[in-house]
Amino acid sequence: MKRVYVNEDWCLACHLCEYYCAAANSGAPDMVKAFNTEGKKPIPRIRVEEGKDDNAGVNFAVQCRHCDAKPCVKGCITGALSVNDGVVSVDESRCVGCYTCVLSCPYGCVVIDGEGHRIQKCDLCVKNHGGEPACVQGCPNRAIVFEER
Amino acid sequence: MNYVIIGNSAAAVGTIAGIREIDSTGKITVISDEKYHTYSRPLISYWLEGRVTDKNIYYRSADFYEKNGVETILGKKATKIDTKEKRVVLEDGLSVPYDKLMVATGSKPFVPPMKGLEKVNYHTFMTLDSVKAIRSEIKKGMKVLIIGAGLIGLKAAEALSAYETDITVIDLADRILPSILDVKSGIKMQKHIEKHGVRFILKTSAEEFSERSVKLQNGMTVDFDMLIVAVGVRPNTELISDAGGKVERGIITDMTQKTSLDDIYSAGDCTVSYDAAAETERILAILPNAYLQGETAGRNMAGRENYYVNAIPMNAIGLFGLHIISAGDYNGEEYVAETENTYKKLVFRDNKLKGYILLGDVERAGIYTGIIKEGLDISEVDEDLLKEKPQMMMFSKERREEKLGGIVR
Repeated sequence: MKRVYVNEDWCLACHLCEYYCAAANSGAPDMVKAFNTEGKKPIPRIRVEEGKDDNAGVNFAVQCRHCDAKPCVKGCITGALSVNDGVVSVDESRCVGCYTCVLSCPYGCVVIDGEGHRIQKCDLCVKNHGGEPACVQGCPNRAIVFEER
Repeated sequence: MNYVIIGNSAAAVGTIAGIREIDSTGKITVISDEKYHTYSRPLISYWLEGRVTDKNIYYRSADFYEKNGVETILGKKATKIDTKEKRVVLEDGLSVPYDKLMVATGSKPFVPPMKGLEKVNYHTFMTLDSVKAIRSEIKKGMKVLIIGAGLIGLKAAEALSAYETDITVIDLADRILPSILDVKSGIKMQKHIEKHGVRFILKTSAEEFSERSVKLQNGMTVDFDMLIVAVGVRPNTELISDAGGKVERGIITDMTQKTSLDDIYSAGDCTVSYDAAAETERILAILPNAYLQGETAGRNMAGRENYYVNAIPMNAIGLFGLHIISAGDYNGEEYVAETENTYKKLVFRDNKLKGYILLGDVERAGIYTGIIKEGLDISEVDEDLLKEKPQMMMFSKERREEKLGGIVR
């Protein structure tokens, strides 16, 4: 299946992928409306790690690998996490925010939505616009790609 | 092939998934003494609290059995395994034949003998029926006494505080959640829960009950309108031991989850697991373990040999909005960092990360869990970054490429 991959040699740590991700999953029609809100700011499901000191210049984005082991789905206490055609997604209405998936994910890719007492995670944009994920579309340096490997 | 599963919770659902990966047509029958569609046991406290609806307490969708070709016999207890005839005998005398059998019988509340307890209409906190009984009796302003400051007792306290009740928790241990937390994190969590009006009386136990009060060993007397006994659980092992199977603290299995009896497997809270962090055998009564053991068993039952390894104790607990994630074993050299609202302990032994406790800030904790399970040598990561926070940056570029999928070519 197609997954999102990151080339850390090309990542500029501009964090645009985080903004595109958050906006795409906010339900708002565009980036401005997504962030220009009185209420809760949307949370990205992809995160950029930026190297410091010895690692200065090493940057990369990380999001759900939709891995084969799927410890998050298998350990989910409610059944909120499920797999459809290889894509792991969460039914937020069934999540109680126990964070067993946060405990289980070896990539650290389940995002805590503390205010909502639940989690969020990358579903490769299948629930919003579909097609090429927003982080990939928005990456100005083609450091994030969506492909079969 | 004719598969029979005794039990209807996480281990049973894992077993069904494991079987169906390999065998899409074999007959599967689930037997349970509870009458419900498979529901999530850890959600009963959330249901009582009102955070989970009647519909969302179910662990799998309404069409789960149908989609997986599973027949159910619900509300009937399996009382005996006839290994000679290969049949499971039910309480009404009927019996069900099996080719491969899964015993996923879980555990039951442990109620220790306590003087005068027979005078009290007490509750336990384990099944959907047990919280339904509590909900039918609980009223605003009631005095609730909970015996046991473990995970079950404290989730009960959290749920019942939503009814504006006056809650007291007692425990023999000197701190709360003694099996999961260390002293410092235990104190932090206790203080947090106390802010929400829950009172703790520790280092003591019940001496004698009367109908509405208890005299404690330390001389205090506590009145109550409702009593909940949440001291601990005991595995349901009788079906296996009665059939001559090997049982110690729980049901003994091999790495394929097979018991010492032919064609009989076991998974979940009724079994003994090998704890890869502490390098010892113990019961790991946690839902992810139950599911994964069931899945492994199911695959083996359907004929594909595979092993369940790298199990470790691990817990994610939220109480009154404060979260703790912990995993592994706490014996070793400690690294501790704390602020007013957070606490982090990492435990190293044999140059490996063996265990951790994160309180308050639990983000990305699974990276630590993964390192423990992998048994990764600390020399393979940047130790300062490991200690700073869970992050992929701690790995070498090569290892990161392996984990995240390689570079773009």
